[in-house]
Amino acid sequence: MAARRHGPGRSAEFGGRAGSLGSVTDLWPRLEELLPRVAKPARYIGGEDGMQSPVHDARAVSWLLTYPDTYEIGLPNQGLQILYEILNERPDALAERSYAPWVDLEALLRTERLPLFSLESHRPASDFDVIAFNLSAELTYTNVLNCVDLAGVPVRSADRADGDPLVAAGGHCTYNPEPLADYLDFVVLGDGEEAVGEVTEVLARWKAAGKPVGGRLGALRELAGVAGVYVPALYDVAYDGPRIVAVEPRFPEAPARVEKRTVADLAHWPYPKNQLVPLTEVVHDRLNVEVFRGCTRGCRFCQAGMITRPVRERPADQVRTMVSDGLRRTGYDEVALTSLSTADFSGIEQVVADTVTDAGCGQVAVALPSLRVDAFTVGLAAQIQRARRTGLTFAPEAGTWRMRQVINKLISSEDLYGAVEAAFSQGWSRVKLYFLTGLPTETDQDTLGIAELARNCVELGSTHRRSASVTASVGGFVPKPFTPFQWFGQNTTVELRRKIGLLRGELRRTRGVRLKWHDPEATLAEGLASRGDRRLGPVIEYVWRRGGTFQEWSEHFDSGLWLEAMAACGLDPDWYTCRHRRVDEILPWDHLSAGLHKDFLWQDWRDALDEVGLEDCRWTPCYDCGACTGYGIEHVVASAVPPAGGSQGTGVSRSSGGPVPVALAAPRRPVGAGVS
Amino acid sequence: MRLRIRFSKIGKIRFTSHRDTARIWERGLRRAGLPVAYSEGFTPRPRISFGLALPTGYESEAEYLDVELDGEAAGLSGLGIDGEAAGLSGLAGALTEATPAGITVQAAAGIDRAEPSLQETVTSCTWRIDVDGVDEGTAAASAARALDAGEILVTRERKGRTVTDDVRPQIVSLDATSTATGGVRLIAELGTKPRALRPAELLAGLCPSPRELRVRRLRQWISTGSKQREPLEAFTLPNPSPAADAARTTNAKDHRDDRPSGRQRGEPAPRGRFATATATTTAQVARQTGRARANLVGS
Repeated sequence: MAARRHGPGRSAEFGGRAGSLGSVTDLWPRLEELLPRVAKPARYIGGEDGMQSPVHDARAVSWLLTYPDTYEIGLPNQGLQILYEILNERPDALAERSYAPWVDLEALLRTERLPLFSLESHRPASDFDVIAFNLSAELTYTNVLNCVDLAGVPVRSADRADGDPLVAAGGHCTYNPEPLADYLDFVVLGDGEEAVGEVTEVLARWKAAGKPVGGRLGALRELAGVAGVYVPALYDVAYDGPRIVAVEPRFPEAPARVEKRTVADLAHWPYPKNQLVPLTEVVHDRLNVEVFRGCTRGCRFCQAGMITRPVRERPADQVRTMVSDGLRRTGYDEVALTSLSTADFSGIEQVVADTVTDAGCGQVAVALPSLRVDAFTVGLAAQIQRARRTGLTFAPEAGTWRMRQVINKLISSEDLYGAVEAAFSQGWSRVKLYFLTGLPTETDQDTLGIAELARNCVELGSTHRRSASVTASVGGFVPKPFTPFQWFGQNTTVELRRKIGLLRGELRRTRGVRLKWHDPEATLAEGLASRGDRRLGPVIEYVWRRGGTFQEWSEHFDSGLWLEAMAACGLDPDWYTCRHRRVDEILPWDHLSAGLHKDFLWQDWRDALDEVGLEDCRWTPCYDCGACTGYGIEHVVASAVPPAGGSQGTGVSRSSGGPVPVALAAPRRPVGAGVS
Repeated sequence: MRLRIRFSKIGKIRFTSHRDTARIWERGLRRAGLPVAYSEGFTPRPRISFGLALPTGYESEAEYLDVELDGEAAGLSGLGIDGEAAGLSGLAGALTEATPAGITVQAAAGIDRAEPSLQETVTSCTWRIDVDGVDEGTAAASAARALDAGEILVTRERKGRTVTDDVRPQIVSLDATSTATGGVRLIAELGTKPRALRPAELLAGLCPSPRELRVRRLRQWISTGSKQREPLEAFTLPNPSPAADAARTTNAKDHRDDRPSGRQRGEPAPRGRFATATATTTAQVARQTGRARANLVGS
C-alpha cells in the first residue's frame, strides 16, 4: 500500500483521529493484542463460512461495505451480503466488510492509534476506494461519522483529499440523505444490484487514471450521471428563513431529480448464494431467503412498502432451491422466508410444507418474520410449527378499525382474532403484537383499543392454553419521507408519554398481557433525522463529537444531547418533527424520487384523513402511484388472487363470501386518471 | 450410539466463546450429515455435550465433544465408519471441512454409553501459558514457591459472588521455561475438581503475578488412581498423500496462525494432517510434565 495523504485533521474531541499507518496492511497482529480486553471479541475476527478473501489488485475498485452498528446487528443484513457477493464476482471490483466497533474496542483503537479495519484481511478502512454504509436506521447516523473518523478519513466530504476513500451510502434511509449530505460523497437510491456495477465502472476508470489531483470532483460528477446515484455536493439548497425555496443542481451531470433503481425481476438475482454463517451470536441467526421485494398493501405509515414497489416475487422453485441448498451449505436448522409480508407470497403454504418435509435438511424450523394476520391461517400455522415453533409476531399496528382505515392497514379485529386463535390452537403459548401510537387523527379511544385487542387475544388464547400470553409492543410513530404521512406533524414526547401512560393504566391489572414501549425521546430524535434537511448535519456531528454513538441502544441513547445540539445549532425540534407540512412546501427530499407521484401521495394523505382505505393494487386495477408506470416495470406475482383466509383488506370475511368491501364502498378515482 | 470427537481450536477462532463453539458444532454436524439425535419436547435440541468450557481467547489442542447419534442409524458402519482408523479419519476430515478455519478434528471414535460425561470424568488439564512482566528466573522461582506453599488463596467471582479459595490443591504441576523467541512460558497441570482452576486464576495466585499473553490447552486428563489417560487420543495417521497435503496448505481454511507453534520451533516436520498437532507436542508435554512432576516429587 502506498502511504496515503489525509486532509487536515478533524479529530473528534473525545479521541483524536487514528494516526497515519505508513505501510501497514494487516492490522491483525496489533488487534489480537487488544481483543482479549474487549467484550465479545469474536465480532472482530471474520472467518465466517461464506467469507470471501478477495485478492487486492491495484486496478480493482475496492469497497468496504460497512454497517454502522454492531456486528451482531449488521452481519445478517441481506442488502450488504448481496452487494458483497455481486462485487466480489466482478473482475473489476472487490469487497470486504466492516461493522462499528463497540465502545470498548473503539476506545482501545483510539488509544493505540489504530483505524477502523475490514474483517476479511484486517486491512485499514482507508485502504479502500469506497467506504459504503448501509443506512437502515436514522439513529445510526452518528455511528457513520464515527466510523469515517475511525478510518482516519475527514468526516466532512469537503475536507477529503483526492486519495481519501469515497464515502457512500445505500439503504432505506437514503431516501432522505439530506441530514448526512455534507458527510456522504455519494448515495445510491433503491436496489443496488445493478447500480454497484455501474458505479464500479466509473471508479475503475478514475482509478486507472491514477486518481489525478482535483479529479475527485470529476469522478463525482461522472457518478452523478449513473442512474440512481445522488451526489449531494453537486446541489445547492436555498432557504428563506426556515423554509427551503429551491434545490438546484450545480452541474449539468446532476439530474434535477434523482430516480431510484429497481431490479425488474428477482429471479435474475438469486443472492446471497453463500450467506455468511457467523461464528458468534447475531440477530436473525438463521438462513434468510428473500421471497419477494416490494409490497403494495399500501399501509400509509410504512416507508418500506412505499419505496420498494412494485411487488417482485421470486419464483417458488427458486425459493425451494435457495432454501434447500442454503440449509445444506450452512448447517442451519431454521430458515426465514423474508419479505415485507410473507404470508402474501403466492403459494406460501406449499413452499413452507416443502421446506419442512425436505428430507435432506433434517428438522427445519420455518420463520415467517412479517405476517399479515388476514393471510395467516390454521393451515399455515400447522405447517410452520411442525419442526419447531418460532416466535410469532403480528402487527395490527392500531387498536381500532377506524384507526386502521386511516393508516390503510385494513385488517379487521376478526382477522386478528382468527390468526391468534389459529396460533394458540396450534400450540403457541405466546404471541407478540406490534402497535404504533401517535398516528394521524388518533384519539384516546384508538389508543385504548390497543389494550382491548391485547386483552381479547389473551382471552381467546386461554381457551386453548392456560398459560396463554400476549406481548403488546408499542412504538411511537415517526412519519417518513415518501409516504402519505410525510406531511404529518408527529406527536410530541409529552403526548406520546401520556398515551403510553393511558395504556399502562389500562393494562395494569390485566393478566397475560405484557406491555412494552419505545422511549418517546428516541422517537423524537428519529423524527429529526427522518425528515430533517441539510441543517441537521451539524446537529448529528455535534452529538457524535460529544460521544453520542450507538444511539439505537437504549443504554447509550442520550436525548439531552440531541436537544442541546439542536439548541446549539439554533434549530427548533418542534418545527422539524411536530409541524404539519402544507401541500406547497418544498420537502428536503423533493429532488429525489422513489417513483411515487407526489400527487398520489397527497391524495392518499387526504384519503387517510377521510378514513378511506385503498385495496392492494397487486390484485386490483392500478392507481398509478408511479412505481410501475414511471419505470416501465410491472408486478411479478404468481397468483392473480389474494391468499386464502381473512378479509384481505375488505373488512369482511372472504370465507363467508361477502363481496362488497365495507370501507371501500365508495372507491375513489385513481389519481392518474385525468381529472384531479 | 455415542461418538466422541477431539479437536483443536487454534488461531483467530480462539476468540469465539464456549457457546459460540457449541453452535458451530451443531451446524458442523448437520453439514457433515451426521444423524445427530434430538431431545424430545417442544424445542428439540441436538444431544451434544461438551467438556470443560475453554475460556474465550484461549487456544486448545485437546477439546472434546460427545455426540449422541440416532439409534436408528446403523452404528458407525452405517456412516461408512467401521472403527478402523481410516474410516474414522475420513470422518475426522469431513468434520474438519464442515467446521470453520481454525478447528481441526484430530480424532473421532465410538464410545461406550456407560462412559461418564466429559464434564464428570476429566480431572485435570495441561496448559501452556505464555506470560510477560517477569523473566524466566523469576517465573521459575515463583513457580517453585507456589508448589512449596501450603495454601494459595485466590479471590474470584463465582455466580456473581466473590469468594476466596485455596487453589493450591489444584496445582498438580507447574514449570517455567522459555519460548523460542525468548519469552517466558509456564506449563501447568491444573485440577478440575471440585472446580476447575483457570490459568488466569493461577497467575493471580503467583507472586509476582505475571501478565498473561497467550494460553493454550494442551491436554485434558482422566486420572484414576495412579493411571492417567486422555478422553481420546489424537490420531497419528500413516503417510497422507502429498496431493492431499498440498491441497490442505492452499486451502482457505488455513489461517496464517492456524498452526501449532511446535512446528515453528524447528522440531521435526509432522507426518500427517492430524499428527501436526500431536506429534510435536506429545513429546514436549511428556518432557515438560515429566520435569514438573519431578519438581513436585522433590518438593
